[in-house]
Amino acid sequence: MKMVLLTRKIEFSASHVYHNPAFSAEENRRVFGKCNNPNGHGHNYTLEVTVAGEPDPTTGMVLDLKELKAILEREVMQRMDHRFLNKEVPELAGKIPTCENIARVIWDLLEPKITEGRLHRVRLYETPDLFAECYRDAAAASNGAGG
Amino acid sequence: MENGVKTALGRRYRFSASHRLHSEKLSEAENWRVYGKCNNPCGHGHNYVVEISVSGDVDPATGMIANLADLDGFVEKQVLEPFDHKSLNEDVDVFRERVPTTENLCIEIFSRLKSFPGAKIQRVRIEETGNNSFEYAGENSEDTQP
Repeated sequence: MKMVLLTRKIEFSASHVYHNPAFSAEENRRVFGKCNNPNGHGHNYTLEVTVAGEPDPTTGMVLDLKELKAILEREVMQRMDHRFLNKEVPELAGKIPTCENIARVIWDLLEPKITEGRLHRVRLYETPDLFAECYRDAAAASNGAGG
Repeated sequence: MENGVKTALGRRYRFSASHRLHSEKLSEAENWRVYGKCNNPCGHGHNYVVEISVSGDVDPATGMIANLADLDGFVEKQVLEPFDHKSLNEDVDVFRERVPTTENLCIEIFSRLKSFPGAKIQRVRIEETGNNSFEYAGENSEDTQP
């Protein structure tokens, strides 16, 4: 099997705040530091989405990049670009919108939509020096275990 | 890990250091043949970029795999303080015996970080220059890239 990985990159800008209502004000400041500023702050996020698959013998493509671009526009850009993530993205309601949690929400949004090839990895950069990534665990996939 | 999907956090750090690639086990001529200009007796330096990946469960209370301040503090103490603006050959004990290639640097940094209490150190990736990078994910691991 000639598996090929294909990656598409997009950028979006959004604001967020880290605050857990179950914590005291002091605890929120201690755990989240300046990310706890009540009025929020923002980032330019860079998202890399990698799809794995065998190139179609006729088209030579794993999937049509135009199609992937349209999925990313619909699922990520329209939902998150120029939004306040805590207040405007229902999938993040009640969650701390850390890079880890946003990456996971994006994974869950994209995985069912990518039907040619399969979603291999989602990597979300909050800054050039900080990212979170999600991928299907090879060990869990091969023995059928989840969890 | 949830439903077989793993989440990892990646963080990049920088330090600058000098090194000389030279093996006591090789003759002068062999050292020069193997290491070329990296064998220059006076050494040379790089701006290293170290990318650390940690994996584990995302704590629902914080949304984090590991507290970034804890990870930054640990890396600062274990790696950046001892390595930044140092001569790797002369100032870092392990490289008195071992050639400070970036391969060996990956292994050394992984070993200095693997006791991080907050999460599992999944992988160390080092860019020696913008064009060369090396990765290490621990013994018996070929799974350097998800």
